[in-house]
Amino acid sequence: MNYLIGAFKPACNISITFADGKNRKQVPLKKENGQTIMVPLFQSQENISGKISIEPVLGKKVEHNGVKIELLGQIEMYFDRGNFYDFTSLVRELDVPGEIYERKTYPFEFSTVEMPYETYNGVNVRLRYVLKVTVSRGYGGSVVEYQDFVVRNYTPPPSINNSIKMEVGIEDCLHIEFEYNKSKYHLKDVIIGKIYFLLVRIKIKNMDLEIRRRESTGSGANTHVETETLAKFELMDGAPVRGESIPIRLFLSPYELTPTHRNINNKFSVKYYLNLVLVDEEDRRYFKQQEITIYRLQENS
Amino acid sequence: MMVDGVEDEEKWLAAGIAGLQQNAFYMHRALDSNNLRDALKYSAQMLSELRTSKLSPQKYYQLYMRAFDELRKLEMFFKEETRRGCSIIDLYELVQHAGNILPRLYLLCTVGSVYIKSKEAPAKDVLKDLVDMCRGIQHPVRGLFLRSYLSQISRDKLPDIGSEYEGDADTVNDAMEFVLQNFTEMNKLWVRMQHQGPAREKDKREKERSELRDLVGKNLHVLSQIEGVDLDTYKETVLPRVLEQVVNCKDEIAQCYLMDCIIQVFPDEYHLQTLEILLGAFPQLQPSVDIKTVLSRLMERLSNYAASSTEVLPEFLQVEAFSKLNNAIGKVIEAQADMPILGAVTLYSSLLTFTLHVHPDRLDYADQVLGACVKKLSGEGKLEDNRATKQIVALLSAPLDKYNDIVTVLKLSNYPSVMEYVDSETNKVMAMVIIQSIMKNNTQISTADKVEALFELIKGLIRDLDGAAHDQVDEDDFKEEQNSVARLIQMLQNDDTEEMFKIICTVRKHILTGGPKRLPFTVPPLVFSSLKVLVRQLQGPEENPFGEEGSTTPKKVFQLLNQTIETLYGVPAPELALRLYLQCAEAANDSDLEPVAYEFFTQAYILYEEEISDSRAQVTAIHLIIGTLQRMHVFGVENRDTLTHKATGYSAKLLKKPDQCRAVYACSHLFWVDDQDNMKDGERVLLCLKRALRIANAAQQMSNATRGSTGSVTLFVEILNKYIYFFEKGNTQINAAAIQSLIELITAEMQSDSNSPDPAADAFFASTLRYIQFQKQKGGAVGEKYEPIKV
Repeated sequence: MNYLIGAFKPACNISITFADGKNRKQVPLKKENGQTIMVPLFQSQENISGKISIEPVLGKKVEHNGVKIELLGQIEMYFDRGNFYDFTSLVRELDVPGEIYERKTYPFEFSTVEMPYETYNGVNVRLRYVLKVTVSRGYGGSVVEYQDFVVRNYTPPPSINNSIKMEVGIEDCLHIEFEYNKSKYHLKDVIIGKIYFLLVRIKIKNMDLEIRRRESTGSGANTHVETETLAKFELMDGAPVRGESIPIRLFLSPYELTPTHRNINNKFSVKYYLNLVLVDEEDRRYFKQQEITIYRLQENS
Repeated sequence: MMVDGVEDEEKWLAAGIAGLQQNAFYMHRALDSNNLRDALKYSAQMLSELRTSKLSPQKYYQLYMRAFDELRKLEMFFKEETRRGCSIIDLYELVQHAGNILPRLYLLCTVGSVYIKSKEAPAKDVLKDLVDMCRGIQHPVRGLFLRSYLSQISRDKLPDIGSEYEGDADTVNDAMEFVLQNFTEMNKLWVRMQHQGPAREKDKREKERSELRDLVGKNLHVLSQIEGVDLDTYKETVLPRVLEQVVNCKDEIAQCYLMDCIIQVFPDEYHLQTLEILLGAFPQLQPSVDIKTVLSRLMERLSNYAASSTEVLPEFLQVEAFSKLNNAIGKVIEAQADMPILGAVTLYSSLLTFTLHVHPDRLDYADQVLGACVKKLSGEGKLEDNRATKQIVALLSAPLDKYNDIVTVLKLSNYPSVMEYVDSETNKVMAMVIIQSIMKNNTQISTADKVEALFELIKGLIRDLDGAAHDQVDEDDFKEEQNSVARLIQMLQNDDTEEMFKIICTVRKHILTGGPKRLPFTVPPLVFSSLKVLVRQLQGPEENPFGEEGSTTPKKVFQLLNQTIETLYGVPAPELALRLYLQCAEAANDSDLEPVAYEFFTQAYILYEEEISDSRAQVTAIHLIIGTLQRMHVFGVENRDTLTHKATGYSAKLLKKPDQCRAVYACSHLFWVDDQDNMKDGERVLLCLKRALRIANAAQQMSNATRGSTGSVTLFVEILNKYIYFFEKGNTQINAAAIQSLIELITAEMQSDSNSPDPAADAFFASTLRYIQFQKQKGGAVGEKYEPIKV
């Protein structure tokens, strides 16, 4: 393929720069090829502006049928490769058809862009934002350049945030009561809680608290569900007796969590669960799963 | 099986140590390059080795100690890290990211230590957090070690009074609360250990548990070291909380150990002031708990405390220590119906020691204890348990040791009752103890009542107790015992004759029950003791030593003596009786009681005639008789003649000629009493000596006839000496010529062929001759007297 690329070298180089590129926060983004690059970070309602510069390959003129820049919000299902679904698509025409002889710069601006969904890289689905610059050409194909950026949306602390409290058990075997201090946690939050043993007739070896992510994509018969365990945090070592109360303190910051996404554009959902697992000496597992909501809290830094 | 297990364990330990060292190595590298992230990673991995369940506590401890050392280095690193600007709060969070709980908590404690030192948060908050988080470890061994680590790192950081970590109001309470909580949790874990693993390994587990007990007990020690725990706090909070835990854990090993721990680590005055609370816990303990040991140690401590200074004694009175202890013991014994008797006795014994130390003046307390003991014993019958008996001995010896005075002890009315419950063997031991005490302290037991009580106490030695086995008694032991009794009898003294006589009667009453084996030991001291009374009366300053009417007269004493000695007939011990009669006769002589003396002699003669048949014994007896009779001056002529005649007669009837000969010449003295002129009958002296000579002659002839040699001339030399004696004493019947002829006779005998040489006799003779020579050379009247004798 290399020689082909050489042969069909694009006629021009396109570069995209953001207006506040130097000051804007950069965050890592994992590309399809596995590389991680640093890209600018935006949130909804922000102005996205900058400059496009097109530089023809030395000594050649570039004939074109127009230059445009698009801001795309795309959802990509991996099992439906190549099928992008654009939930947001904004276009700015930058130039009318003509010829470019030398480096030419176009400013662009998308004002108060509505970007309701966050960038997301999941197991089966990806949600991304990209700026796409197209230099249309009648022959030899158009020249296209992409610039990814990341969108994160911040949520204020929820006004109602009840604790999760529940008594569960197996009759005459194990009764516990557990409590997580909240049902909604931000990404750097700490889960505080306790497990109270009401009845213990089995020999418990240990107890873990797991954070599980459930990603469901598609709909109807095409639904794909993928569950990952992101954290396995040992809460207790050894067999408790009736009346013991075991504390929980789990810091979320070390784990790569995202906010909970519910039914994003009818395409996918990402939900988080706390799974309390008790393992007995015969390695039988007893567990109880509880959904928690994760949100992104505005960092004050 | 076992061996394999042990080997496996060694292997696992080795593997654990290897893993730990490897990760420690990486950790050091990270520390050296200030790489916090790696330091945390490798330290967590290192600590993961402590997650093993395969090691016994002892082996686990080895592993733990290594980890402990490494954690010290990590702590240093954390400290430097905070100096370099890393926030301690961040660090405190960071270590909690570890996924495994055990390493996480070890790291948390380690950072927590630095956190407290940084003073960025109040010590009490950090401690509270640490002690709460440690609940995550429910595995007994791992939990115990983790919490002991926590206790270790926090010891110097408690917000105690005067500590640099002391915060505002009431932080002592926080310090105390922290230690109490850690203690409670550790105890729960420790108690829970017993339920881990199969039932058949119970013994092994119990052993392992015992190895871990100091980890738990350490907390109590820490509590006792907290400055802020004063008496009030101790009384209001610490003790009730600790006791609550001890009682509620319902575990024998823990209860036993912890009660002891409480007693040992907290100061004596605290115990004294909280006695009621502390004692209140005892009846609530498990029945299998060895309460006696624990309680005994409490009392022992309190006794020592009381002994330490007289200033503390009022405290004991103020808190009524005795009655509280007494009540508590009563309750414990009541609550634990199946407590072995050993336990009860040990408790009483300790209580008695306690009260003797603390209230030496309150005999009633001691008696109360004994009374309670009797009550308990009465439900049990005779004691079979060896150790219990030992305890009884200790119990009974305690007052003796304390007062050094049996008289005081005799005031304890329950004392003899306790003695009732021991077997005869122990009774004897105890009796010996009592006697030894009396001897050691030279105790005066001076009334008949006391003597009565005393002999009742030591009756194990005085007579065979019912059902006691007669066999298997060691002869030497028996002698030893009876000699002690004899010594005791000699110790009984009262200057008042009347009372002394009563004492003698009392003793007599008791010893007469002793049976034939004991009488030969006990009668002589009694006899001599009685004689002493007589002697004292004779020497006494009073004009009329014997009271007028109804009082003790020598006659009464002699009657008693006579009856006493008669008891020896049944033994039979005629030789002993004979000696005693003679002794009495002599005493009667001194008291000028002729009929009595005569009676005693009569008894002696009867014994001689009827009971003493052994020829050797006869020889001894006759010499005793002669010796005694010679000194008697009370007899009138008639009586004296009778007795002398008899004695001479007995002498001549001895079996062996030499014995006859010697007895007969000894009889010569009966007719010659130096200081009494009316008793110098030279003629009869000579008769005796002549008769002796005849017998000596006959002896020689017999010897010649049967053996072909005449035998020794010893007898002749002896008779010669008698001649010389009476010659010097001025017996006119003995003259120089007689001596001269006797010398010649001996010389001739010695030269005769048939004489067998006898160097001893030769020397004897030569000495005798030398004596004569010497007397001759003296000159003067003596020399003159000897002049005619030619040697």
